[in-house]
Amino acid sequence: MRDLADSRVALFLPCYIDQLAPRVGFATLAVLRGVGVAAEFPRDQTCCGQPLANAGCAAEARPLAERMLRIFADFDYVVCPSGSCTAMVRHRFADLLGPAAAALADRTFELCEFLIEVAGVDTFSGRFPHRVGLHHGCHGLRDLHIGTCSERAEPAADPVGRLLAGIDGLELVGLRRVDECCGFGGGFSVEERGVSAMMGRDRLDDHRAAGAEVIASIDMSCLLHLEGLARREGAGVRLMHVAEILAAASAGGEG
Amino acid sequence: MSHGERADRFTADRARAAWHDAALWHVRERRDAAARSVPEWEALRDLAADIKARTLANLAGHLEAFERNATSRGAVVHWAADASAHNRIVLELLRARGATRVVKSKSMLTEECGLNPFLERHGLEIVDTDLGERIVQLRDEPPSHIVLPAIHLRKEEVGELFHAHLGTEAGLADPTLLTAAARVHLREKFLHAEAGITGVNFAIAETGGLVICTNEGNADLGTALPPLHIACMGIEKVVPSLADLAVFVRLLARSATGQPITAYTSHFHGPRPGGELHIVIVDNGRSDLLGRAEHARALACIRCGACLNTCPVYRRSGGHSYEAVIPGPIGSILAPVRDPERHRSLPYACTMCGSCTNVCPVKIDLHDQLLRLRTEIVTAGHLPGRRRASRLASLLLRSPALYAATGRVARRLGRLLPGLAKRIAAPWTSSRGLPDLPKKTFREQISSSEKDLSHR
Ligand code: SF4
Repeated sequence: MRDLADSRVALFLPCYIDQLAPRVGFATLAVLRGVGVAAEFPRDQTCCGQPLANAGCAAEARPLAERMLRIFADFDYVVCPSGSCTAMVRHRFADLLGPAAAALADRTFELCEFLIEVAGVDTFSGRFPHRVGLHHGCHGLRDLHIGTCSERAEPAADPVGRLLAGIDGLELVGLRRVDECCGFGGGFSVEERGVSAMMGRDRLDDHRAAGAEVIASIDMSCLLHLEGLARREGAGVRLMHVAEILAAASAGGEG
Repeated sequence: MSHGERADRFTADRARAAWHDAALWHVRERRDAAARSVPEWEALRDLAADIKARTLANLAGHLEAFERNATSRGAVVHWAADASAHNRIVLELLRARGATRVVKSKSMLTEECGLNPFLERHGLEIVDTDLGERIVQLRDEPPSHIVLPAIHLRKEEVGELFHAHLGTEAGLADPTLLTAAARVHLREKFLHAEAGITGVNFAIAETGGLVICTNEGNADLGTALPPLHIACMGIEKVVPSLADLAVFVRLLARSATGQPITAYTSHFHGPRPGGELHIVIVDNGRSDLLGRAEHARALACIRCGACLNTCPVYRRSGGHSYEAVIPGPIGSILAPVRDPERHRSLPYACTMCGSCTNVCPVKIDLHDQLLRLRTEIVTAGHLPGRRRASRLASLLLRSPALYAATGRVARRLGRLLPGLAKRIAAPWTSSRGLPDLPKKTFREQISSSEKDLSHR
């Protein structure tokens, strides 16, 4: 494991986590502390602008991207518990800001990426005695390439799964469709209600059929959508961010 | 009506949508297996993308070479600037030979040009001979998929259709028997046809030959019996050489259906003895597309349908929900590029999952293009409401104080005026429950424990 004591690390917290699931922010800080990183939370951050850029409003997203560049300018690493928001910074900021975006793009990591690639964590210790279904968020998988998507004729890789699989008592369940989209998609979830809900229900069914007690993901936005659907149906499955599982595991078992 | 509203009608029939999704997912699984059976699959895709890029960079040159070589083999080449020129050329060729009964194999181009209704208006009989195409033709509706035109129909529905049109027994829904009935019906159309129209999968510049891929052999029968063969192709169908062709032939059927190769991959080099071969090369907006740097790569499409099959939205919304000649991810680029106002909702029929980009055998940057198209559509002023909302959101999010205050107001609104909050949240709650709102946001909690991050 690499010593990062001298590095300045910032937590980039997606706005919907700040507002709707603050516990994931604290879990992220706890996980980072566990690998010797005291992350700071720059208070000026709000939203990276992804919802606006995805809506097609690049001009309105641009000032938000510029703010991000300023806010995180002084950090060695920027860590974000979301594949989607990390992909926004790493890939989409260049569309908005041109080459200036590279400075931040190169230093921004999704949490699991950071743990594996920067901190050099191989496996995560601790205990979490549950059957877990891992939902691969599309942006983490296909934009950040955290793992291989099932349609590529390439050797399979699943670093997040490997991280979880090392945890004592945690059993990863096998899904029929290992990485199909959950149907959230930001504005898509309300503009394409029928398809969005059907996609989400299909994911829930797949996880339940595989015997998952917990559905985990590196993306809280997928989980909030799935949780909303599960709630409506009264489906007995818990939805947890990977950071919450890692934090719960190292804290000794029950999340 | 937006794609979302049309899609809602499709998903309202949960059983049909689930069955449609499962049928196409199965095709994708077959495609995945076929791709994995070729060790150099991903390299092959790179190669194909490269060949397409080179070809499109000198498209005029390759087309002229094709014309020269095809002509020297005895074919007659016609150039059509748009759909109406294409239709006129075809009509004149048919009229000059007194042909009134025409068979046609699958061609998305003639669909795009509206050739069938045009010829029918002029009193000709035109019969689609691909089984799926014939089914949708009898139902008087467009194909819902570019490779599997009738994938939206169940066998029982085909049974009813054939009972009404081909006189099969009422209630007959056995696919083998239905196919046999269609075969008898089409055989008679083939025998009496005076001309055969086909699409084109590839036109080889180097040899002047055409390649047509089918699973039913209907293009072969439709061109072997009547004396006149009219082949219709878009300008993007040309490939430089036979060696290049080999790359695409390896990719096409595997990407489309998971077959190693289509049952028939027929080469037409000049007319058959005693027959005539006319090739109509159509632009119809393609050179405009070629001139648009952001979208030109969409011209590389070989119409395999893989992006449709992998698209979680297409699978659950059905091809007709796109109201475009070509549905799915590639259609959601081609249609709005041509008419952004009319097709403005199509680029939004996408979660940005990116699977299409990963299956496309010619590596078109499909989901990136869809995202860029959204910006183009908004910038052109076709979605003013969205723009206004985004302006407001952008202003709020630029100020940490306003952002925090808005969050607080929303929370309070939820508590004090649950009725109003419910109405605002209705698009979300139509199928989902609301999350339990935490009392305090992360930033509120962390400010009360600034010095002690371990506190929660
Ligand atoms: S865009 Fe690519 S995947 Fe889609 S039909 Fe065309 S070639 Fe096939």
